[in-house]
Amino acid sequence: MLKRVKFAFFLDLKSAYKTLLRNKIRSLLTILGIIIGVGSVIATVSIGQGASEAIQSTINSMGSNMLIILPGSSSLGGVHTGFGILPTLTLDDAYAIRKLPAVKTDSGNLGMAQQVIWRGNNWSTLIMGASSTFPEIRDWPVAKGTFFDHQQVVSAANVAVIGNTAATELFGLINPIGHIILIHNVPFTVIGILSVKGFNAFGQDQDDTVVIPITTMLEKIAGTTWVHAIAVSAKSKEDTVIAQSEITALLRQRHHIPLHKPNDFFVRNLTEIAQAANSSANTFTILLASIAAVSLLVGGIGIMNIMLVSVTERTKEIGIRLAVGAKKKDILKQFLIESSVLSLFGGILGIAAGIGISNSISAFSPLKTIVTTEPIIISLVFSLCVGIFFGFYPAFKASRMNPVEALRYE
Amino acid sequence: MNTDRDIRISAPLIRLENIGMIYKIGDISYEALKGINLIVENGEFVSVMGASGSGKSTLMNILGCLDRPTAGKYFLEGRDVSNLTSDELAEIRNKKIGFVFQGFNLIQRLSIVENVGLPLYYSGMHSKEATEMAMDALKLVDLADTENKFPNQISGGEQQRVAIARAVVNNAPIIMADEPTGNLDSVRGADVMRFFKKINEERGATIILVSHDKNIANYGKRLITVKDGAIISSTVIETKNVV
Repeated sequence: MLKRVKFAFFLDLKSAYKTLLRNKIRSLLTILGIIIGVGSVIATVSIGQGASEAIQSTINSMGSNMLIILPGSSSLGGVHTGFGILPTLTLDDAYAIRKLPAVKTDSGNLGMAQQVIWRGNNWSTLIMGASSTFPEIRDWPVAKGTFFDHQQVVSAANVAVIGNTAATELFGLINPIGHIILIHNVPFTVIGILSVKGFNAFGQDQDDTVVIPITTMLEKIAGTTWVHAIAVSAKSKEDTVIAQSEITALLRQRHHIPLHKPNDFFVRNLTEIAQAANSSANTFTILLASIAAVSLLVGGIGIMNIMLVSVTERTKEIGIRLAVGAKKKDILKQFLIESSVLSLFGGILGIAAGIGISNSISAFSPLKTIVTTEPIIISLVFSLCVGIFFGFYPAFKASRMNPVEALRYE
Repeated sequence: MNTDRDIRISAPLIRLENIGMIYKIGDISYEALKGINLIVENGEFVSVMGASGSGKSTLMNILGCLDRPTAGKYFLEGRDVSNLTSDELAEIRNKKIGFVFQGFNLIQRLSIVENVGLPLYYSGMHSKEATEMAMDALKLVDLADTENKFPNQISGGEQQRVAIARAVVNNAPIIMADEPTGNLDSVRGADVMRFFKKINEERGATIILVSHDKNIANYGKRLITVKDGAIISSTVIETKNVV
């Protein structure tokens, strides 16, 4: 029995292969739907995987176990402003948060775009006021020189640590350390250069920045007492949730908010947000891949159509095979193999097309794409199933033919 | 068990008992065969003659187990085959019957040796053995050198000889030939008939030949004439030396 399967299968495979080669253009048109379907599944999934990885690396580049505290929104008179509008967070809040048990460290942040001048050069960049804990929270060490210390923050020293892009734009090839730059007409000594961080998920160049002590920022540049945000690093991933409730309780107390009033600040757990973004990217990928998979079904209908034509065209051959002793299942198998070979071939071409599309997307657009083996195997299996499913009816029709009538067919 | 074997030994190769065939197309029914009784012994060479519409093709289809009669009984080697399923009939065609048709009926995509081996593939034989048997059958019709050619690369006479090789490849006791020389000129036709004679005489295969050509029918040893769905005569053909 095994021998029978083995040999008949081989012969059917060979015959299927020959039949398909005989009608090259027709076979190609038939499997075009499968090629497009599989190709677009592979391409969309590779884009999704790329996005997923980008989000993952963003999570890592944001710093570990990070929480961000933003000032609250105002809803006075029914007009809702966005987060970060109300001046409710102060540097003292940040210092108080630092003492909480679940919190490892924190950094009050205030950022604003300013023109930076060095000799004849000037460059508009993001000036960030931060605490001395900034490198630790953001997981962003200096490449050269030093970061300002807590003492320099307390004394509101005029020192600056500049990002790689800002350094290149202002200083070119000159080592900026020790030079004096002007921010908002205030002189600052460059004491360090941050290591290269690269682009974030939204395409912003994170290296295009100058970091100065938050106190200096508040007193000498912004002229305010409130901060845009407080970045907090929890002790561990599990602690982010505890830290979130501790911070909420502490700030409500510090801001004297009565029980029935809402918070005037927001605590954002960035790890959670990043995970949510990741899962929404996945959902989107699945959605796109499902739409692409629909074209696989359409391709399957194309296969069914051509197989029906093929069965009719080869009625005589079926008659001959029946006359020499082919059973129903032999004929059924022959045509199923043919439609499977057809769709599998479409699947293979589709995978090649998908990888090609995905690589050219990587090459010619900022989107990153990653082709993994999983979607390749799934689409191969899926296209095989499409071939068997849509090939079944024509094959069944062929197997039910009456030998006398089939032999008479011209 | 013993009695069973006795029956098989004593039973004729083919016995038709009161075979009838009625085709129904809508409300109209057409009686193609009317109470046919026929016995064919092992090793016979029977020619069936009749005008078109006489029912000889229907008779061939039933004898070849391609179709089931609507009435009567058909015993093949003592076994009643008149009510078998289509897969059981396929099995019988595979083991017991070889076909040679007017239009050669080779599969164009398969090579000559694959065409010849086709019945063996469906009987579940292993590739190597099947190829050897197919080669033997090709040698029998003097076409061993065409094994890797395709049907469209050889002449009509050669194609029909390939069809004969396919019919005898599984050592079937019965060879059915339906107008085997109909598409051939007389020289090639005579060539093809020579091989039927050869397999009948050397291999002892029973041959049932349908033809409307008296010269071709005369290759047989017995002539059956069919008219209006009934056998009207069965005569022994005098052995003549037909070239």
